[in-house]
Amino acid sequence: MNQEVVIEAKKLSLTFETNDGPVHALKDVDLTINKGDFVSFIGPSGCGKTTFLRVMADLEQPTGGEISVNGMTPEEARLKRAYGYVFQAAGLYPWRTIGGNIRLPLEIMGYSKAEQAMRVDEVLELVHLDGFAKKFPWQLSGGMQQRASIARALSFDADLMLMDEPFGALDEIVRDHLNEQLLELWAATNKTICFVTHSIPEAVYLSSKIVVMSPRPGRVTDVIESTLPRERPLDIRESQEFLDIAHRVREGLRAGHGDD
Amino acid sequence: MWQKFGPVLTVVLAIFALWYVMAVVMNANWAYDKAKRADVELGFSELVVDTWSQKKPRLPAPHQIAEELWNTTAMKSITSKRSLVFHSWITLSSTLLGFAMGTVLGILLAVGIVHNKAMNLSVMPWVIASQTIPILAIAPMIIVVLNAVGISGLVPKAVISMYLSFFPVVVGMVKGLRAPDAMQMDQMRTWNASKWTTFWALRWPSSVPYLFPSLKIGVAAALVGAIVAELPTGAVRGLGARLLAGSYYGQTIQIWSALLMAAALAAALVMVIGQIEKYALRKMGMAR
Repeated sequence: MNQEVVIEAKKLSLTFETNDGPVHALKDVDLTINKGDFVSFIGPSGCGKTTFLRVMADLEQPTGGEISVNGMTPEEARLKRAYGYVFQAAGLYPWRTIGGNIRLPLEIMGYSKAEQAMRVDEVLELVHLDGFAKKFPWQLSGGMQQRASIARALSFDADLMLMDEPFGALDEIVRDHLNEQLLELWAATNKTICFVTHSIPEAVYLSSKIVVMSPRPGRVTDVIESTLPRERPLDIRESQEFLDIAHRVREGLRAGHGDD
Repeated sequence: MWQKFGPVLTVVLAIFALWYVMAVVMNANWAYDKAKRADVELGFSELVVDTWSQKKPRLPAPHQIAEELWNTTAMKSITSKRSLVFHSWITLSSTLLGFAMGTVLGILLAVGIVHNKAMNLSVMPWVIASQTIPILAIAPMIIVVLNAVGISGLVPKAVISMYLSFFPVVVGMVKGLRAPDAMQMDQMRTWNASKWTTFWALRWPSSVPYLFPSLKIGVAAALVGAIVAELPTGAVRGLGARLLAGSYYGQTIQIWSALLMAAALAAALVMVIGQIEKYALRKMGMAR
């Protein structure tokens, strides 16, 4: 299979200068992400997983090493709107309807009115929110709001989706449901997805590749290529294969904590 | 109905009761004086009747003020110089002009403070300092200076209204324009949105809930400014002029009726802004 590289990081480091001295958020991170991968970043707080995502998005500047996004620098990629970013909170504008919120990036990017309307309908359908375009955010549940924010990130059809714990604030049942839908969406759109999470089952269930990270300094301790098939019913989580991968993730996390 | 208006009505009645009692207490001396000179003994009921109907009482009774208000509004042509409606309009026109100028100035300063680092560091202390100067001290100077450059009439009064009303708008709008959190600003960055777009799509709508409370304070301050502006200029028109004239000639009833008129005007202005606020927030889907 022809593997097209989307993200390539070499010896990537990022040090924050704080009043209490330097904090090594990322240290010598090497990572390659191929087109169509679903990559989860997992690790305890402070391991730099969100920082890594933010570096890809050009929201933070690395202090050492190199990183390319679609063969460009993160800044060029951002200016070309090469990725959609989903934040931890839905962050919908309360004064805009759901449709209006999804339309916002399209308006900013200068799509025609007709194209805007078409794309809004399209992505609303993708996240199963058709018929909610005229509702205001407060009329939707937390899970639906997060789906709307995913639809917004999808609307301008970037190949790369960066998701920073998008389901972190939701309860288990809603989360399961959204995970299933996210896989469905991944299969339907064949996008490259980078997904930050705290949850081992979530990471194993979703990913084709799991990046285990450890804190102080933030670094990659293990990269696990998932052997699970792409088609994943929820009960795959009780299979031996699933548990084996989860076990390996847990081992990786524990190893990272050894030097605390 | 009682649930809604009961408490308000109770308080109003209590105020009126206290008012009438205080009218008796405060005007009693004069009543006794008159009685002494006329060499008559003053019974309690006569005392009460007298204290509630003096021509220049220390504290006029509510019905005297109501009567004066009625005589100077409904019973006078609104173009008459003795009409309180006429004087209210004079004050209201400079209030509204000053309020509009103050709102625009306040918003512009807030936009500058939020977007420009130098302005952020330098303007706010001046804005705060401007409000620590007593307006009574600076009002005559503003009027003299503007007169010297040939500006007189409505504008100098409006400038004083502006001076008082821009402050709450600056403070509220700086807060409001900064209301978007780091995540929302990052999100705009991921879409490569310009500062201009970020302002109109995010900062401005975020600031609307902060704007209206500021406007309510601002409009009341603008009215105070307009009245104060009429005091040192020796103006003969406007509520301030009525207050001043009343105090020259000891016309307490006239002073109180002008005061009540000013209070009613302020209440009406604040209510109008409240209604616009309700409408705007409902339009924006932010009122549930």
